[in-house]
Amino acid sequence: MIAELHPAAILVVGGVLAFFLPGRLRQVWCVGLPVLGLVNMLGVQHGATAPVEFMGHHLEWLRVDKLSWLFGLLFHIAAVIAAIYSLHVKDRVQLGTAMLYAGSAVGAVFAGDLLTLFVFWELLAVTSVFQVWGRRNPAALGAGLRYLLVHVASGLLVLIGLAMHYRATGSLAFGHLGLESEGGLLIFMGFGIKCAFPLVHTWLVDAYPAATPSGALYLCSFTTKVAVYAMARGFAGEGVLIGIGALMAMFPIFYAVIENDLRRVLGYSMINQIGFMMVGIGIGTPLALNGAVAHAFNDVLFKGLLFMSMGAVLYRTGKINGSDLGGLYKSMPWTAGFCMVGAASISAFPLFSGFVSKSMVMSAAADGGMVWVWLALLFAAAGVFHHAGIKIPFFAFFAHDSGIRTKEAPWHMLLAMGLGAALCIGIGCFPQVLYGLLPWEADYHPYTITHVLSQTQLLFFSALAFVSLMLLKIYPPELRSVNLDADWFWRKGGAGVLRAVDVCFNGLNRWAHAGMMRTVAWVSGWGGDAPARLVGRAAGGWYRLQGVAPAAREERAARLAQRCRDGGFRVGLMAGAAVLMVAAGILWFRR
Amino acid sequence: MTEHFPVFIVLIPFFGALLCGLLGMRWPRVCPGIALAGMGLAVVVAAAILQRVAEVGEWSYFVGKWEQPRGIGIELRVDGINALVLSAVAVVGWLVAVFSPGRLGRDEESKPTQFYILFLLLMTGLFGITVTGDAFNLYVMIEISALTGYALLAMGPHSRARLATFNYLIMGTIGASFYLLGVGYLYLHTGMLNMAGIHTVLAANPASSVALVAFTLIMVGLWLKMALFPLGGWLPNVYTYGPPLAAAAAAPLVTKVTVYVMVRMMVTVFGWKWVFGGGGWNEAVVWLAVVAILAGALMALAAKDLKRMLCCLILSEVGYMVGGAWLANRWGMTGAIYHILGDAFMTLTLFLAAGVLAGRAAIFKLERFEGMFRRQPWVMAAFAVGALGMIGLPPTCGFFSKWFLIRGGLEAGHYGYVGALIVSSLINAVLFFRIFEIAVFGSKPGKHGYDGPQVVVEPDGVKAKGGDLLALYGAAAMVVVVGLGSGWISGVIQRALEVNGVPLAAPAVLAPAVDETPTNDH
Repeated sequence: MIAELHPAAILVVGGVLAFFLPGRLRQVWCVGLPVLGLVNMLGVQHGATAPVEFMGHHLEWLRVDKLSWLFGLLFHIAAVIAAIYSLHVKDRVQLGTAMLYAGSAVGAVFAGDLLTLFVFWELLAVTSVFQVWGRRNPAALGAGLRYLLVHVASGLLVLIGLAMHYRATGSLAFGHLGLESEGGLLIFMGFGIKCAFPLVHTWLVDAYPAATPSGALYLCSFTTKVAVYAMARGFAGEGVLIGIGALMAMFPIFYAVIENDLRRVLGYSMINQIGFMMVGIGIGTPLALNGAVAHAFNDVLFKGLLFMSMGAVLYRTGKINGSDLGGLYKSMPWTAGFCMVGAASISAFPLFSGFVSKSMVMSAAADGGMVWVWLALLFAAAGVFHHAGIKIPFFAFFAHDSGIRTKEAPWHMLLAMGLGAALCIGIGCFPQVLYGLLPWEADYHPYTITHVLSQTQLLFFSALAFVSLMLLKIYPPELRSVNLDADWFWRKGGAGVLRAVDVCFNGLNRWAHAGMMRTVAWVSGWGGDAPARLVGRAAGGWYRLQGVAPAAREERAARLAQRCRDGGFRVGLMAGAAVLMVAAGILWFRR
Repeated sequence: MTEHFPVFIVLIPFFGALLCGLLGMRWPRVCPGIALAGMGLAVVVAAAILQRVAEVGEWSYFVGKWEQPRGIGIELRVDGINALVLSAVAVVGWLVAVFSPGRLGRDEESKPTQFYILFLLLMTGLFGITVTGDAFNLYVMIEISALTGYALLAMGPHSRARLATFNYLIMGTIGASFYLLGVGYLYLHTGMLNMAGIHTVLAANPASSVALVAFTLIMVGLWLKMALFPLGGWLPNVYTYGPPLAAAAAAPLVTKVTVYVMVRMMVTVFGWKWVFGGGGWNEAVVWLAVVAILAGALMALAAKDLKRMLCCLILSEVGYMVGGAWLANRWGMTGAIYHILGDAFMTLTLFLAAGVLAGRAAIFKLERFEGMFRRQPWVMAAFAVGALGMIGLPPTCGFFSKWFLIRGGLEAGHYGYVGALIVSSLINAVLFFRIFEIAVFGSKPGKHGYDGPQVVVEPDGVKAKGGDLLALYGAAAMVVVVGLGSGWISGVIQRALEVNGVPLAAPAVLAPAVDETPTNDH
């Protein structure tokens, strides 16, 4: 019976109920929900659909195939881990919306038509922002607002695009869309914003570091991965994605190296990982697509693991800047260990999960003979190791001792991190389990001599570079500074636009008000009164000719003018006019 | 029974008036109910007539089966044009009847019975004017509606109501006499009073100076009654000072029905060829209409109070319709007839809203709109619909009638008329947005927004009641419904015009209709 339920239903309904449950029960409930949802989802058959007729449109609330199922599985696992990790959270709103957020992510990947996708897409934005606002400080409030603004804009692009797409094709079905039509292009831009394309990536590095420790975990698990799923579904094989992806894989490395806030480093690293996925989707061969999807799967786990470890550090020390931390391995050995598992995974050490998926994309690029793309990804892979694999654990747990002594992370955080670490290592050691779930047919073996050897070389030369840079003291030091990113354009440009709009439209408004409402009304009022005044003036002249005394003359003229205003004419005048008209008409109307 | 509908619609309000007279003397409270039920029945009958006419075409009915056209038999003749006007009159009358109970205690306080008797007789007259196919019977009906109208409007609480109505009486009588004189000449010439009969004789003998004199007399008489600008000086004061409810019943209907009579005279009695066959008369009349449009608009701008402003706008709208009818092409004529419906509902909406806002008072200075959107949001919303119609924004009917009329003007190459329409629309926009601005921001210059009205205005005596709001919203809804149904309505009008021999000017391109669904809910 439970298999009949829509996979998102349990999370969404349960999320609403979570608002009404008392403290401890709510926390346990929020762990139970994704587990229940996972059990339910495992029972849902591939190929299951739930067509709905809504306002004359054919909607598919549910479309289960291997691609959506894999993402559904991923989101449930992530939700379980995140729920365990956030067992300390007492905030009713944060927990409830987190479940709704997970539910809308699941709903979005199972949506079979664009309208349903759009609904969950917007729901995703609205529910996720509470993970930022949950921090309840002015910085988080501002970052959340900016985040919401960007994501609502993305949703609107999707909405306009789907309307145009529907008009052009008459179908709302969500399959391959392509960039040929305007509608497809708009939807692509909408997806792209959520994928954190270059220049519109700033929301990610703005909002994630501002979120609560558990909020950042939720955020890193769902939003961008839904977008990656949507891209893979709608725009697989679009060549432009290769270029965008390569750019995304490279440019964040520089920012990540100089950034001080370690969670922001992770944010940049996330853009870099999405770059790999975009390249894979752009190449569009089964191997590349499998690589992109598998990498998305792994990214949620190891990036989640890193965010969890940084969250634990933030939770215990209240600090997250590389310049403030260091030497924490003594106080938080388990956290440090899990962090290093995550770092090894993201850097694609053999036997860790990154190793089995990242190289799929690179192999696909190599198979396609795309030398420059391959080189870009190689550079990016080295960079990842540099900033995420070494920098994060090094500055947080080793480096110079900051003197902070604190407790180990709470048990539930350790449990969540342990789960994540186990999955990272498990997938790294037994990649066939993951490969078996991948949607496309492609044969790939990660553990070849060449691959292991080249990857190890890459990693060790990277490490060598880091070490020598540190010893030579050339490595950019951890500084408390604000790094200028593309958000300068958004912030300054936004303010500029606002000012320009203020000047233009309020100015226009003022001008129109002065022009129309006062001048025109006055002039026309005067013009409307002109006949009366004219009559008064003429009458004055007439009375003077007749020799009426000046005082009486003026009074009579004024009376006549007033009569014009009131329409109080002698009725005979009008009758006379009518008779004259009859006469004129008869005389004129000659045939 | 359905075959008697054309006469039923006249008799229903007539017997309603009798019933009011009999019962109302003893129980004055039944009168509103009788009016409501009677007008409701009339709406149903009118809708049935409209539906049949739209499907089948012209519907001729001989009262008492006196069928010979040369005899004394009175023919009632309904085609697409007057079926539409009939429906509009019925709906307006019903909405006024819905409105009245809430208004009664204050306005027509002393004489509810008299008010309802006169109101129902006014409706009898208007229905009669609309359905009749007999030129003399038409005169009788005009007199019925006019006499009841004088009595109704003279009941106004303001001391100037009587004098204004007296002027109206003189002018109306002159107009009706001109008309009667014209009909007399026609009878002299053709020996007929039946409209279709007159037409056959005239068509056989077009070059007749008797017919010319008759036509001129009839036209000037009708212009007097419909208040075409230089002859319309009586109108503003009458509707400003008259009792609000009577003004709300008469202002949307009397002038419009007279416009219909003019159209009928031009199209059916004298015939298109005869009227536009020679001479430059039509050119001159359109220029007269241009003057009327602009003069009405300017007078409205000069007006300092709401009701006078609305009355001046009626003068302007009459110019629209006369000009459209005299453009001598089918689009202009379609626009004129369509505007009869549209303007009836727009004027009704605005006058009902003015009635609620002003209460008994005749003068409602524009400054008193201050903060009105907050104090009477529901009334102001309906008022805004009527105002947008007057300005001519889609999907209100004001947009479509202007569309038809401007199209006719362009086809006739009469750019003066087109320009006047546009200028008057702009002036309407200034007029109503000035009111909105006062209602939102206050009337003090320089207080443009952002800090709310500064002055505490005295509370309005009148709060809108359920019936008032129902009527108001019914009227506002009709403004939109007539607009949305413009495709269907203009189709009905065009078919009727074609039967009446109005030539197709250009290849008939369809209206900008957004919706082709029939609006049978008249």
